Amino acid sequence: MGEVIVITSGKGGVGKTTTTANIGTALAKIDKKVVLVDTDIGLRNLDVVLGLENRIVYDIVDVVKGHCRLNQALIKDKRLEGLFLLPAAQTKDKNAVTEEEIKKLTEDLKEKFDYVIMDCPAGIEQGFKNAIIGADRAIVVATPEVSSVRDADRIIGLLEANEIPDTRLVINRLRPQMVKQGDMMDIEDIIDILSIKLIGVIPEDEFIIVSTNRGEPAVNNEDSMAGKAYMNTAKRIVGEEVPFLNLEVQEGLLDRFLKIFSK
Amino acid sequence: MGFFDFLKKESNQKGSKSIAKDRLKLVLVHDRASMSPEVLEALRKEIIQVISKYVDVDNNNIEVELNDNNNQATLVANIPINEIKRKRNV
Repeated sequence: MGEVIVITSGKGGVGKTTTTANIGTALAKIDKKVVLVDTDIGLRNLDVVLGLENRIVYDIVDVVKGHCRLNQALIKDKRLEGLFLLPAAQTKDKNAVTEEEIKKLTEDLKEKFDYVIMDCPAGIEQGFKNAIIGADRAIVVATPEVSSVRDADRIIGLLEANEIPDTRLVINRLRPQMVKQGDMMDIEDIIDILSIKLIGVIPEDEFIIVSTNRGEPAVNNEDSMAGKAYMNTAKRIVGEEVPFLNLEVQEGLLDRFLKIFSK
Repeated sequence: MGFFDFLKKESNQKGSKSIAKDRLKLVLVHDRASMSPEVLEALRKEIIQVISKYVDVDNNNIEVELNDNNNQATLVANIPINEIKRKRNV
């Protein structure tokens, strides 16, 4: 029996889809059987980030409405054996599916996969409710900005209210140079404000744009810092203890990181 | 005066991060308590009304704030008193 993990954030544009694609790819690289579910109905994007946009025949709405079998809608990744995508519908809206339908779908997917990763739409309306309904745990993505952390706080409250047992934070697009200058909140500030456990810190990395252009997640590139950070995050998801990358520009920080995260 | 000088000094010395943290903490206290600045202002006015019946307070310097102490929201009122009202001699 697999596990359902929802990737959410509240605010749009903080990297939910990029995080879903990379964590999913990373889990498949460490030999897990993974399905990525795009629940952003009407604004389909996970397919292009994964480079699978040309292979879509059926989508999530077709599956829950019984227009096709689940296996017909699952798209196999180009490179990785254990990685699949269930794409969102592009022509319908977020109300095209119900919470009960998604709950049933996640239960079916859990039978077949080790990890079912739900890419949640921005916002806190029906699309959000659908995405979290079957979740065993949640990953909240936030960037080190006031608006993103504020929305993350709201989302964490809603996840608690919906009794999602385990919620962790991914801090995305951290710029160590700006943190050092005192112009960006650092990891400690954010986890202190949100009172939540950290599962990943992803540095700002231009390669993410290149990888999205190509439709190849950054974890496939050994040289990408963001890719490495996503791989580490995936390892933490499966329960490995991996130290956080030293993102500091200068000396002294590794020690600080170790101090903070050695718990 | 002093308060704003303090903020300016902070921002010059430490960059904008501390401003971000302070603003965020404040906004989250309100978000979490679901209490808007308008509600807080209404509360402030009513507190003044009630307290003025008993003591002569400095209306312009009353502060009512929602604070966050170890994740416990607290309402803190700072009410300077001009004079305790004397009982009138009959």
